[in-house]
Amino acid sequence: MATTQSRTLARIMLFPSVILLLAWMIVPLCMTLYFSFLDYNLLIPGNNDFVGFLNYEFFLTDPAFIESFFNTLWLVGGVLLITICGGIGLAILLDQAIWGRNYVRIMVLAPFFVMPTVSALVWKNMFMNPVNGLFAHFANWLGFAPVDFFAQIPLLSIIIIVSWQWLPFAALILLTAIQSLDREQLEAADLDGAGPFSKFYYIVLPHLSRAITAVILIETIFLLSIFAEILVTTSGGPGYASTNITYLIYTQSLLQFDVGGGSAGGIVAVIIANIVAIFLMRLIGKNLED
Amino acid sequence: MGSITLKQVTKSFGDVNVIKPLDLEIKDGEFIVFVGPSGCGKSTLLRMIAGLEDTSSGNIEIDGNDATKTPPAKRGLAMVFQSYALYPHMSVRNNIAFPLKRAKVAPAEIEAKIASAAKILNLGDYLDRKPGQLSGGQRQRVAIGRAIVRQPSAFLFDEPLSNLDASLRVNMRLEISELHKSLATTMIYVTHDQVEAMTMADRIAVFNGGVIEQVGTPMELYRNPVNRFVAGFIGSPKMNFIDVKPVDGDPTRSIGVRPEHLKVTQEQGLWTGKVGVIEHLGSETFLHVHVDGVGTLTIKDDGECPLQYGDQVNLTASQNKIMHFDKEGVTLASLSWGDNAVVAQ
Repeated sequence: MATTQSRTLARIMLFPSVILLLAWMIVPLCMTLYFSFLDYNLLIPGNNDFVGFLNYEFFLTDPAFIESFFNTLWLVGGVLLITICGGIGLAILLDQAIWGRNYVRIMVLAPFFVMPTVSALVWKNMFMNPVNGLFAHFANWLGFAPVDFFAQIPLLSIIIIVSWQWLPFAALILLTAIQSLDREQLEAADLDGAGPFSKFYYIVLPHLSRAITAVILIETIFLLSIFAEILVTTSGGPGYASTNITYLIYTQSLLQFDVGGGSAGGIVAVIIANIVAIFLMRLIGKNLED
Repeated sequence: MGSITLKQVTKSFGDVNVIKPLDLEIKDGEFIVFVGPSGCGKSTLLRMIAGLEDTSSGNIEIDGNDATKTPPAKRGLAMVFQSYALYPHMSVRNNIAFPLKRAKVAPAEIEAKIASAAKILNLGDYLDRKPGQLSGGQRQRVAIGRAIVRQPSAFLFDEPLSNLDASLRVNMRLEISELHKSLATTMIYVTHDQVEAMTMADRIAVFNGGVIEQVGTPMELYRNPVNRFVAGFIGSPKMNFIDVKPVDGDPTRSIGVRPEHLKVTQEQGLWTGKVGVIEHLGSETFLHVHVDGVGTLTIKDDGECPLQYGDQVNLTASQNKIMHFDKEGVTLASLSWGDNAVVAQ
């Protein structure tokens, strides 16, 4: 089918949408790049002078930057750890023949459909509130002092909320992967004398490696830009204890009206995201090749 | 040692009885083939012997010990699956070593066993490849290798050749037969292909609808099938069956004659018909002859058959090659051999 003519025609037909997508990406990126070299603050109207790398210098030497950089890594790493481990467990449970399995699967998927702001509010007010939250009531019932989640363990609280949102996604991807496992392999392992743990470690887990890789890559992209959950719950505080890079850029450009500094932060975030992506692809991307 | 005895074994899924009470004795070192149409319970029975399916009632004895409730790994049996069930992310070496490592065999001994299995099955060049890089026949050999190293008391084969192409199937058939001769271990082999059953088996068990119709050596089944089902299942092309009008005092309701026993003659024969499709296989020719009031008869003639489509032919068969069946399809022994009963309708 793919004659030279049809391939040329296909390229011509694809051309407009490719150009549109390219412009969609390149124009904001270039504008951000341009702003990042300007002294551009909305509170101080003026000439918007070219200041070179000054914005970058300020952003990178800000003590908040280092803290939020590590917060970002903790957030991504923590959520990945919880969702992958929990997702494998859930997937194995959901793969068992239980009554009403299809309904249970839909229920498990439900958190993924809840908007991040809504789920963060629900967690904040219904579960983690130190006075009225369910966790506080439970702690009181046991005779312990309730934990003030967002004051004492702000980053961990956000990790818990985000994990709750992303667990169904991981579980669903891993469940479909488990279901594609050849049952005869498990039966062969049975005959070969493998116990449940050997079967999991030597047969199920290697079979899941591709799906796990896909989950890690997809989740990382989204987790690097967690924002709503932080804004709604802790607003990045106390101090900078739960500020990630995305939230830092927001405070820079929209709370301090510093467009130049915010743009510089945006470019830094793009670079960090690319470093993480390259690192991940090197580390686990080979699982996707075959 | 590898004798397996089934005593009144049954299997039911809910209300459906897949295996009706069944007795079978498999002798040590025997190559027994379970053959039958799909859904006849032969694979289920094999999986019950392996321990992958629970036995609903009855006993499975392996070497005289009741193994009905024994977990699969403890039965000392090895199975080769239809899909080979190789572990795709492990090298061939690790696939073969897997059962040994689970059994905590010393590494040096594992190496020795892998080496000897690789030698028997010509796997030496592939040991470090992954199953995905092997052809169907090679994967089959690896699956057999994984079975051999455990030194099981019996091998179970579940339609192992059905995923291979025709020429490879013939080769693997020979290899498995040869393997049986050299190892002299009990083998239970499930297939729906009667050619595999005839060529490989010491004994064949013909299954139909959850019961064993007949057990015997290939030639016993060919010469003396107990009923119409076995007669029709064993032999290729299939036996011709002709319904006959009931005659007083003669229980015969149908007769059967194998294509290779029908002859085309110049003289008046038993039937007269018109030649339909002719299949030339080179060494032999299959003729499909339409006979009025009887249907289509298949004749196996020699390779150089001069007949053409539409020719009128006379067909005959010697009386002692014609089998008689009663209304339940049971073979009538007294009439099937040498008796000059009326054959034509």
